[in-house]
Amino acid sequence: MAKPELGKYQPLSYFQLMEVSLRELLVEKGLLTEEQIRREVEDMRGRTPERGAKVVARAWTDDAFKKRLLENGTKACEELGLDVPALKLVVVENTPQVHNVIVCTLCSCYPRMLLGIPPDWYKSRAYRSRMVREPREVLKEFGLVIPPDIQVRVHDSTADMRYLVLPMRPEGTGGWSEERLAALVTRDSMIGVSAPKSPGKNA
Amino acid sequence: MGEAKYKVGEKVRVMKAYPPGHIRTPFYIRGHTGTVERICGAFPNPEELAQMRDGLPAQPLYRVRFRQKDVWPDYKGPDADVMEIEIFQHWLEPA
Repeated sequence: MAKPELGKYQPLSYFQLMEVSLRELLVEKGLLTEEQIRREVEDMRGRTPERGAKVVARAWTDDAFKKRLLENGTKACEELGLDVPALKLVVVENTPQVHNVIVCTLCSCYPRMLLGIPPDWYKSRAYRSRMVREPREVLKEFGLVIPPDIQVRVHDSTADMRYLVLPMRPEGTGGWSEERLAALVTRDSMIGVSAPKSPGKNA
Repeated sequence: MGEAKYKVGEKVRVMKAYPPGHIRTPFYIRGHTGTVERICGAFPNPEELAQMRDGLPAQPLYRVRFRQKDVWPDYKGPDADVMEIEIFQHWLEPA
């Protein structure tokens, strides 16, 4: 198939056309304004995994906060000024004995308020069907080998909860500030398919 | 709001039923037995919400833990591996 030429007119795809039609109808009927829609899209694009990283770094440096976070994720995030409406957050902690990983087999539920827009692989049929069936093999394909003496705990996000993995704090980060720690926390480590960055290289 | 019938640590079985409609209970877990990990609260029933009804009374929602080896008899990983899934109360029965 020929590559679309940038800058030239391209016909709308089915879903683009549906989106435009629905948006124009909502505006025409006075249910929403164009400004409200623009602002919502801007906010949505502004949510990035840095929000989640801030939560993780705080938990690494403040044991009392970590305890509250594991008890009630939504409330603890509010303390940091992170409003997570319509989201009951369950934070699951990685330990030397347990490795947690998140999947949504039914669709693609994801803690968007903390991690932004999910990566395409998270929504793929292969990830969604295989992560519950053979998690260790899938993790290995992400480059993460879990030793057999560590329990793998897969969380299938099927209803009203959303999940965030609290990864283990990397060794060699004693005395680090929250900001410096947050820079080690990656999106994938909060989904559970990788470990945080190691402090060695860019410390 | 519906009362929570099951306690944390209690064994429960997911009903082996295949009704039509918008169901938030994955096929692969139906008929399997697990343990209540926590009670998440009560939420409007998604099967009703999908029919444009109010979903009330709210249904208690549980996180249930299953052993991978129980769900997939040919599971290759260690015995200790588990999965945890949110299941609404009306899909559970005592085990």
